Amino acid sequence: MALALQTFSTVKDANAALKAAGTRYLGGGTLVVRGANEGDVSVSSLIRSTEPALSAITVSGDNVRIGASLTMAAIAGHPNLVALARAARAVGGPAIRNMATVGGNLFAPAPYGDFTVALLALDAIVSTEGGEKPIETFLAKRQSNHAIVTEVGFTLPAEGLRFLKVSRVKPKGVSVLSIAAVLEQAPDGTVSSAHIALGCMADRPMRAKAAEEALLGRKLTSDGIAPALAVASDGTSPVTDPIASAWYRNEVLPVHLGRLLLA
Amino acid sequence: MAKIPVQFTLNGAEKAEFIDSGTTLLHALRDKIGDTSPKGGCHQGTCGACSVIIDGELRLSCLTLAETCNGAAITTTSGLSQGGVLHPLQRAFLDAFATQCGFCTPGMIMAAKVLLDHTPDPSRDEVVEALSGNICRCTGYEPIIQAVLTAARSNSQNAA
Amino acid sequence: MELRKSYFADQRKDDLHEIGQPRPRSDSPGHVTGKTAYFADRNFPGMLHLKMVRSPYHHARIRSIDTSEAQMHPGVVKILTAKDVPHNVYTILILIQIGPEDETVLADGKVRWKGEAVVAVLAETERAAQEATAKVKVDYEVLPAVFDMEEALKPGAPVVNEYHGRNYYLYDSGECRKVRFGDVEAGFAGADHVLEQTYQSSPIEHAPTETTGCIVAPEGNDRFTCYTNTQAMFFTLDNASIILQMPGNRLHFVGGTVGGGFGGKVDVIVEPIAILGAKLTGRPVSFIYSREEEMQISSPRAAEKVVIKDGAMKDGRIVARKVTGYTDAGAYSRHSPYGAQKGAGHYPGPYTIPNVWIDTYCVYTNRTPSSAMRGFGVTIGDFALEVQMDKLARLIGMDPLEFRFINAYRDGDMKAHRQPTEGAALIECMQEASRAANWPVAEKFMAMSSYAKGA
Repeated sequence: MALALQTFSTVKDANAALKAAGTRYLGGGTLVVRGANEGDVSVSSLIRSTEPALSAITVSGDNVRIGASLTMAAIAGHPNLVALARAARAVGGPAIRNMATVGGNLFAPAPYGDFTVALLALDAIVSTEGGEKPIETFLAKRQSNHAIVTEVGFTLPAEGLRFLKVSRVKPKGVSVLSIAAVLEQAPDGTVSSAHIALGCMADRPMRAKAAEEALLGRKLTSDGIAPALAVASDGTSPVTDPIASAWYRNEVLPVHLGRLLLA
Repeated sequence: MAKIPVQFTLNGAEKAEFIDSGTTLLHALRDKIGDTSPKGGCHQGTCGACSVIIDGELRLSCLTLAETCNGAAITTTSGLSQGGVLHPLQRAFLDAFATQCGFCTPGMIMAAKVLLDHTPDPSRDEVVEALSGNICRCTGYEPIIQAVLTAARSNSQNAA
Repeated sequence: MELRKSYFADQRKDDLHEIGQPRPRSDSPGHVTGKTAYFADRNFPGMLHLKMVRSPYHHARIRSIDTSEAQMHPGVVKILTAKDVPHNVYTILILIQIGPEDETVLADGKVRWKGEAVVAVLAETERAAQEATAKVKVDYEVLPAVFDMEEALKPGAPVVNEYHGRNYYLYDSGECRKVRFGDVEAGFAGADHVLEQTYQSSPIEHAPTETTGCIVAPEGNDRFTCYTNTQAMFFTLDNASIILQMPGNRLHFVGGTVGGGFGGKVDVIVEPIAILGAKLTGRPVSFIYSREEEMQISSPRAAEKVVIKDGAMKDGRIVARKVTGYTDAGAYSRHSPYGAQKGAGHYPGPYTIPNVWIDTYCVYTNRTPSSAMRGFGVTIGDFALEVQMDKLARLIGMDPLEFRFINAYRDGDMKAHRQPTEGAALIECMQEASRAANWPVAEKFMAMSSYAKGA
């Protein structure tokens, strides 16, 4: 069957259309149209919604809600989202950033999906018509998600978001891996809370729980972070692809995590 | 299947076509309208050869469905020269030996044009960043970067 | 850029009016305006799209092919299998009498590498062709495969290609190309230092921005115009003529504008089957590789393995060099027998060595067939040779550039292939490099000349 696009003004109607077989939601097209171009014939009907809420950004105090249709370029250029700019700019080249959406990035398979790594470190909430889910829960079952993601919400971290993308090509290449970290430190400099998310270290972004735990109560010095680096690869199952082997990704992860934590 | 109408301006001229739903803008421009300046190098968003400017923003026409461009203003490299006079970027690419096989050139020029439209006096790093989604396998990029910097300088001289 | 006219000034007239002068490229205006016409910048009404069903296995027997369901798929116009190709078993270098014919246009009874073309589907749209390829049923019996050159050369290894009957190309000189000069073992015996090292490389894809492809238009008089991005127009025309058993005067090739080639577009892969499709349907046919096909299916540079054993004296002279080179052709010859032969011609490098032994093998494995790429047969060898030169210099305790001056070939030196050296310029290149890189060498080397011995 030929490919066709259906456009709906509301998320509700688009969700109803997505119940049919062979349908997929069209965000920026960087995943879905690519798939069709490459011969994925399982999708015959693309669905999209033009509901304005999907393109809204709300920032009230530290609370942020980003509509799923917002592009990486829109986030990178937003004056209230400076903390996320580095992660948004890590995605693709300028043209891709003008197209790729927040919602789509949640579904990007490794080695893509760098922005979602940042959202995971932020412990974002993912909203659909059916309700809200913590991003970690959402990612675990993302392949069975059939409802349009409408927005993501999170609290801007007081001490900022640390983000690092490692690629072989400068200034821009596909990820060897990416790391995002949200840390809180006690007045004595010891880490009181750590959220560390990894990209390309599994088929989708994952939390480095062992490293987070090993960081608690430690200072951000070479000695202080050593136990966290030693367990950085716990539970990872990196992809092997033309960019890097799983072995290589595991080898270099502690090096880059160390650089991010000491930066 | 029923054809659907699309209408937009291409390099300032009104265009209207009936297309199959799901047709990419790249195919619509090349096969329907006959503007073959955007090239299909990968059809997956990694090479940048199909880059066009839609409403002032750089986009990949291979990943954009034509029917989502209704009412848009689209610019391609074939529309840059006016009355046989090359655009400063085209002149600079020519003078700087920034083309070899030429396949990436129209996309490169689009990416460079968007940069100079927003940042008339870019740094070298800004040029590199602006071209980072466009792959060239021949030149090693350096002549292209120099061409964009040269075009920016000639623009600012003209403005002054 | 500065042109140094002082070198070899007495050997030529000082009449270089073009060299050293910037000249506009004739093709640039077309490139910067988007007007340059590449093969795919043509559109014909009623054009069909060709998609290939490819082998998912590295080595397998084909028990059966069932195209009945694909044939019924809406939009499908024609399906081609091996029996449709007039002269299905071919090899491109047959044009210069380098056989045997060892490759199939469409697989016949067997596949020898993962990605090999098995069935061609022609349909009204790319989508219909893609959908129909998924409905072609091929029943395979998977066979043991071999991916390593040394494994392939061992007795009992699976035979990759029955047209050769053995996993190496049989040259008129035997199992490899050979160069024998002086007495290499005597050279090693008298040497102060002996160094043996192994160098290996992986296949390298050219990754042109424009993928391999062609568009064929029937002209209605049993002649066919083929718009192609081949780097080898007449080579491709002649091979297509053989494969299709069609006189060359019925084939009109239009091309020469290539969106990046680097040697990756000299294999005759898309044109014959697209012309056949146009002939059998009477309609224009487009066969363009997807990016994935370009990366996975088109020939890469061969993987190579080079073993170099050198004997050298304390004063820096290399007195013996033995090189064994292996070129991984993959499953079919394409240009690789020539590449391996070039290796034999290229070693021992631009150095004068009195005792030389060279063997170069072209080996068949169940990997993607390799072929031409920028200096194939030579580039990897040069990498190996020059790393070896650095290692030797370090072993002797000598400056690596001075070490090369001592061994550089000069006019009149007898090369290992028994051709006296003519027109050498290595000394002068190294002198210039010494200045440019600010890597000074002893004055006596800066006073040397390629053609004045003893200077």
